[in-house]
Amino acid sequence: MLEIRNLHASVDGKPILKGLSLTINPGEIHAIMGPNGAGKSTLAAVLAGKEGYEVTAGEVLFEGQDLLALSPEERSHAGLFLAFQYPVEIPGVSMVQFLRAALNAHRAAKGEEPIDTAQLMSLLREKAALLKLDPAFLTRSVNEGFSGGERKRAEIFQMAVLNPRLAILDETDSGLDIDALRIVAEAVMSLHRPDNAFLVITHYHRILQYLTPNFVHILADGRIVRTGGPELALALEEKGYEPFLSQVV
Amino acid sequence: MQTQNHLPDDPQAVLEAHLEKEYKWGFEVPLEEELAPKGLSEDIIEYIWQKKNEPPFMLDFRMRAYRAWKTMKEPHWLNGHYDPIDYQDAYYYASPKALSEKQPKSLDEIDPEIKRMFERLGIPLEEQAILAGVAVDAVLDSVSVATTYKERLAKMGIIFCSMSEALQNHPDLVKKYLGTVVPYNDNFFAALNSAVFSDGSFVYIPKGVRCPVELSTYFRINARKTGQFERTLIVADEGAYVSYLEGCTAPARSEHQLHAAVVELIALPGSYIKYSTIQNWYPGDKEGRGGVLNFVTKRGIAHENAKISWTQLETGAAITWKYPSVILKGDNSVGEFYSVAVTNKYQQADTGTKMIHIGKNTRSRIVSKGISAGKSNNTYRGLVQVLPSAENARNFSQCDSLLIGSQCGAHTFPYIETKNPTAIVEHEATTSRIGEEILFYCNQRGIPTQEAVELIINGYCQEVLAQMPLEFAVEARKLLAISLEGSVG
Repeated sequence: MLEIRNLHASVDGKPILKGLSLTINPGEIHAIMGPNGAGKSTLAAVLAGKEGYEVTAGEVLFEGQDLLALSPEERSHAGLFLAFQYPVEIPGVSMVQFLRAALNAHRAAKGEEPIDTAQLMSLLREKAALLKLDPAFLTRSVNEGFSGGERKRAEIFQMAVLNPRLAILDETDSGLDIDALRIVAEAVMSLHRPDNAFLVITHYHRILQYLTPNFVHILADGRIVRTGGPELALALEEKGYEPFLSQVV
Repeated sequence: MQTQNHLPDDPQAVLEAHLEKEYKWGFEVPLEEELAPKGLSEDIIEYIWQKKNEPPFMLDFRMRAYRAWKTMKEPHWLNGHYDPIDYQDAYYYASPKALSEKQPKSLDEIDPEIKRMFERLGIPLEEQAILAGVAVDAVLDSVSVATTYKERLAKMGIIFCSMSEALQNHPDLVKKYLGTVVPYNDNFFAALNSAVFSDGSFVYIPKGVRCPVELSTYFRINARKTGQFERTLIVADEGAYVSYLEGCTAPARSEHQLHAAVVELIALPGSYIKYSTIQNWYPGDKEGRGGVLNFVTKRGIAHENAKISWTQLETGAAITWKYPSVILKGDNSVGEFYSVAVTNKYQQADTGTKMIHIGKNTRSRIVSKGISAGKSNNTYRGLVQVLPSAENARNFSQCDSLLIGSQCGAHTFPYIETKNPTAIVEHEATTSRIGEEILFYCNQRGIPTQEAVELIINGYCQEVLAQMPLEFAVEARKLLAISLEGSVG
């Protein structure tokens, strides 16, 4: 589904990703862990197509397409979703309006008619219930006045609505309390199917207890330095990154 | 400014567009035999008065205004530049008959660019014809619609007609109220308007009557043509209610041209006047050539327990210079001002409001949303004045600016004068930018940039658009989208 080959990317001329390779198959859950500054969020931004990130070498195939040749919205239409680490506020635009625009853009890309209101509302209510969000949340402005935890839940809610093939969760777990974390993780698991995949970027082992990834990767200095199963995350939790990083040097 | 010249009932706006090559500075009409001599003088004032067959008091009103105007200086203090206007190089009266002969006879004669704009705004073909000023007999259905409404309103005692008709049929009412809120010598452009105004709208709602429809000049489609100096007078008698819509989304294209209108609202005790405007004058080309100079005086007086609410969407004109104001004369009166002003390219807008608190327990609310794009300049200028008599006056002002791109400017000049210690005046202001972060967020969800900008702008203006009558708000949204097209990315 996603194939990253020898990806190099820099920001303001400074190399951040230095030859990252990663393959994600349908049905898999991958976790990427690593110390601050390792390039985790840069990876997410490059995959989603954010401006200001220059890919200097390597390639990324998504569903067989050259992902890097697509605009951010085309990547979204192709089924790529990014749950933001810091979701922005859109004052005056309700979640309903926002997701209607998003869904219709996706539908238009597929040559489909805009969604009708009844259908939209029942979809939004269903997914809000999945995230245990009060339906009143739908009429509030996107992320405006939301707590950090609410924003993260709202990101997963949006993911549930847009139903992507590959979702990148960029530190979705940080800022969530135990209960919210469980709600989010359970929602992700319930959306997990054999034909979709998740890339979970995290600092903590906590969320992985619920998500049980197929693979855990350690990202350091712009490269994946170690790949293992769930037990790797546990080892990191106990020993820290140090022992794994020293092996590389 | 905004009223008749782009209203559905007024063929002149689009007519002007067709004649624009022949138009020089503003209001010249190229049909000599039907014109008053060029320029402005006491003779011309009398000529206009005579031609229009107005009652005697009007000659006095016009003459005093003209004499006051002669002593005044063209104002250039606003945050925007225009070259001095040669007022003698213009015609101040043209016969409606002459103009009607120049009206396009069918839609085929309409400028294709204007037609395309109509289509994108989703205006039905028949309505397009009216907007474009196609001779009235081509759109008989609409005329009968207009007539039906007029009859229905007349049964309730509501007077809704052109200012010319009002001067013929209700001279006493006009005499009683004309110039009482905006005196003939109020300011340079108001004085000029008072001296030469050609037509406009007149509304009177009798005591205790709630006007059942939104009044817009759409309903008086067969009214005679009006010029660039419109005069609007709305009187709501005790306990009456009226919602008045000014403007439409038709683009009025013309060369650099002056529009100096005056609007007066009189809200008698316990009444409520809601006045909504969509202004979409031609803003000039992308190099800043041409465009309408939109200099207008709008003011209302609210007596005891009365309420006046101004809502405006300003997207057009090269320069906009207007401050719809409320004099809160009566105790417990309420004034509101909701504004969205959009500037793009080289447009300059200097707009805001004045809330003059005189009565006790008077309340005012100001919500101003400025949007600047291109190389434009957008200024909010507002005055909240609390006089010594205004015990417990309250004001809340919210002035927000949104910048698109890096070459535009936003300015806020709030003036607050409080002469009563019990007054509470609050002012909040924010400036924000449609940044890459928010656009990327939308893009990531699949929403293309242009659509994302529309969504963000609509959200930003939500509080103001929510004040507009529903259909008007729908048009406002489309217009916002069109006026900011291509401003990002």
